[in-house]
Amino acid sequence: MKVGVVTFPGSLDDVDAQRAVRLAGAEPVALWHGDHDLRSVDAVVLPGGFSYGDYLRCGAIARFAPVMTEVVAAAHGGMPVLGICNGFQILCESHLLPGALIRNDHRKFVCRDQRLRIDNAATAWTSSYEAGDEIVVPLKNGEGGFVADEFTLDLLEGEGRVVARYLDDNPNGSLRDIAGITNERGNVVGLMPHPEHAVEDLCGPGTDGLGFFTSVLSALVK
Amino acid sequence: MTDAPAATAPPAKFRLDTVEHADATPDHEQPWADLGLKADEYARIREILGRRPTGAELAMYSVMWSEHCSYKSSKVHLKKFGELPQETPLGKTLAGIGENAGVIDVGQGYAVTFKVESHNHPSYVEPYQGAATGVGGIVRDILAMGARPVAVMDPLRFGPLDAPDTKRVMPGIVAGVGGYGNCLGLPNIGGEVVFDETYLGNPLVNALCVGVLRHEQLHTAHASGEGNQVVLYGARTGGDGIGGVSVLASETFDAEGPAKRPSVQVGDPFMEKLLIECTLELFDAEVVAGIQDLGGAGLSCATSELASAGDGGMHVELDTVPLRDSTLSPEEILMSESQERMMAVVEPRHLDRFMEICAKWDVEATVVGEVTETGRLVIDWHGETVVDVPPRSVAHDGPTYERPYARPDWQDALQADTTASLARPASGDELRTTLLDVLSSPNQADKSWITDQYDRYVRGNTVLAQPEDAGVIRIDDDTNLGVAVSTDCNGRFAKLDPYAGAQLALAESYRNVGVSGGLPLAVTDCLNFGSPEDPAVMWQFERATAGLKDACAVLGIPVTGGNVSFYNQTGETAILPTPVVGVLGVVEDVTKRIKQGFRADGDVVLVLGTTRDELDGSAWSQVAHQHLGGVPPQVDLAAEKALADLMVEVAKQGLATAAHDLSDGGLAIALAEASIRNGVGARVAFEGAGLDRNVFEALFSESAARALVTVAASDLQGFTALAASYGVPVTRIGTTGGDALAVEGQFSIPVTELRDRWTATIPAVMGA
Repeated sequence: MKVGVVTFPGSLDDVDAQRAVRLAGAEPVALWHGDHDLRSVDAVVLPGGFSYGDYLRCGAIARFAPVMTEVVAAAHGGMPVLGICNGFQILCESHLLPGALIRNDHRKFVCRDQRLRIDNAATAWTSSYEAGDEIVVPLKNGEGGFVADEFTLDLLEGEGRVVARYLDDNPNGSLRDIAGITNERGNVVGLMPHPEHAVEDLCGPGTDGLGFFTSVLSALVK
Repeated sequence: MTDAPAATAPPAKFRLDTVEHADATPDHEQPWADLGLKADEYARIREILGRRPTGAELAMYSVMWSEHCSYKSSKVHLKKFGELPQETPLGKTLAGIGENAGVIDVGQGYAVTFKVESHNHPSYVEPYQGAATGVGGIVRDILAMGARPVAVMDPLRFGPLDAPDTKRVMPGIVAGVGGYGNCLGLPNIGGEVVFDETYLGNPLVNALCVGVLRHEQLHTAHASGEGNQVVLYGARTGGDGIGGVSVLASETFDAEGPAKRPSVQVGDPFMEKLLIECTLELFDAEVVAGIQDLGGAGLSCATSELASAGDGGMHVELDTVPLRDSTLSPEEILMSESQERMMAVVEPRHLDRFMEICAKWDVEATVVGEVTETGRLVIDWHGETVVDVPPRSVAHDGPTYERPYARPDWQDALQADTTASLARPASGDELRTTLLDVLSSPNQADKSWITDQYDRYVRGNTVLAQPEDAGVIRIDDDTNLGVAVSTDCNGRFAKLDPYAGAQLALAESYRNVGVSGGLPLAVTDCLNFGSPEDPAVMWQFERATAGLKDACAVLGIPVTGGNVSFYNQTGETAILPTPVVGVLGVVEDVTKRIKQGFRADGDVVLVLGTTRDELDGSAWSQVAHQHLGGVPPQVDLAAEKALADLMVEVAKQGLATAAHDLSDGGLAIALAEASIRNGVGARVAFEGAGLDRNVFEALFSESAARALVTVAASDLQGFTALAASYGVPVTRIGTTGGDALAVEGQFSIPVTELRDRWTATIPAVMGA
């Protein structure tokens, strides 16, 4: 099972995502932003970081990277795609997911261990969880406030497309405490917190994040 | 400086001041004083060159001979670090003082490089960019050694938390450190935040970076091999930071003076991230013969240092340098401190590959010159020579000052003014209140308002980060080899006795590495002081360096690099002498690191080391009495070494469930922090524990060489026996558990109350 991890100029958590894929039991494959090539991977992770320096708008330039043409096409074909943090921003900019991510309401970068509730355990990236599971994974962002119009928010909630919500304090002003969402088909997931930083007890607040990466393996087996 | 000629208009940009022109116009008046040079220094330049310098040469000498670059006031004292054996407990250092950063062997074929630097003055002028580019500069130093930067730490110091100017500088500095480091993908794993009124107007922004490399990847800054190409790559050169080193870092601030903002550089962390990845790929491709980062003094520094450290000369065509602003003069290009630039020496046969890799990372690279055998650094501007100097005279033969130093006349009175006469809390209620007051004071309070703005997780190798005693980074996923790093300094102790204060800074840092399970290997220091022109400050500096050197000799660890920052003072008032000491240790198996928080109910609580009546300079004396006087705690380096050696063995054997060094605020604060960490309290008693002379003293003394440790009851005997074999005294004081910190017969404080008081202080002033 091959999971591609895209490196854009300014990607930072690509090595971490690769490690998470490995620990979940799959083979990580490095993908380069400038290539029109997904190298026969079965799923793709768009990692965190500051692609293209977050210039213009987070994710706005990455959307036009050659590799994204292939990612968008594959996603439309049903390939599982997970965007974490900057990856989530890129998915929104690419219109694979609705809404947008704006500057945190308190205007500061925030890094902390965040409690989340998994609301939708039926996506390609969350099937290892049960709906209602509470997990702790690191959160770190400067522009993590999820926003969308009321209609879209109602739609997301009505269709069960909110994948995860923030518990305790909302860390960034996200509307309706939304930490992650999915597309209608459930193969594309965008998540602001970082499950790849919670895959081993040694270097994070536990292993609660590993489920995102094991989920995609079982999704691919099916 | 009354004999300095008034600054006449410098040679007009459109009339080039060539070497030929300089030769022909010996009497041309030059603005050397405005550039920060003294009359005798200017005379020396003329003597070296046998003529007056050209404008471009003057620019180069002025920045390279500035205090910041030449260490002219500190060199005579720093020399003694070179007398230490360049050896760590694991063997010879791979690169030491004089390189961009020291490199030490940590085993398994890995080497580690680390260094701390200051960016104090720019951060006062422009907090965000000053702090950001401080991080950027130290990261490039580490990169230039051939290492992948893997972590940063930032010791910060501000004026009082509630001072209006602190509200101006602190949010900007913290955002700048975070904004740059986060964007580079470097975890920020520790540092310090200290508030003291002497830092008002003189905030200290020190930045430490750790890098990892394989032994064979070591690179150095030298240009040799005639015909090798000199490549400038990274960002374009602009007008930012011109004169930064000479104007900013080497003068005190004058409230009436003109705004100096244009002298502060502006950082672009995205470009730096590309520069890191690009440079590491260049190293992997083995196409780099020599490399130097461009930091303070920009091209002046890089060209002269590379050439000076090489075996020949260098010829540079300055007009080939890619510019952001096409109107820049040769002088300005040479002095610009535009960030995110590197200079490499490349053999012609590797040039194409070099350029390919730069293109892959969208990094602009330009051949700007080549290595020659002339022994001269020659710089041309559109075919005319504007610089022709012996490179060593610029880079290494700067002036050296034997600044006068003298023990200040107030030192005796300061030391005589001890805490003996200050009222001490006696009742349980008073002790309870005192503990909460000290715990919630700005210096002891929770710093997560600051550290939560830093990414501590990126790269996935962060084993420990703040508020743990030391930052611990895994460097090998398979073997679990890692390093532990801590930075510390108690400037109050250094004020009372700079010799002992510097030793205590080293001791604390060393201890923090040890209690985390790391074997201390090497030291980097950032020596922040007031004006070297004040004999009292110079005395503090001399004493601090002597103390540090002597202590390193006893502990058997070398100083591998560091930085000096002078002129941190406002008017006559200098900052507390602040020799920040970073210690790096190796952790053979990071899974065995020891954390500071109490873990479970029923563990035995122990104090290691000897507690004395040492309250002078303590956190208590500051919080309860706003007092600073007396003498700092006794330095016992043999005891520090025994403690660290013991803890390394304890970690290996897995005998401790938690460990926390005792320092600021003493046992009281350590107990509170260890309780807060995981919400597990403890019940302790001092009677019959050898600490019963005085509960206050047991709780608030800041005696050094001590640690708080918990062990499982079943391990107590083994632990005690091991400690005895290392000669470390062990005092059993109680048991972990419950939801309160209780001192028998005195007071009990719910852990939630401890946490509430501890976390409230900084957000109350800075906002949530």
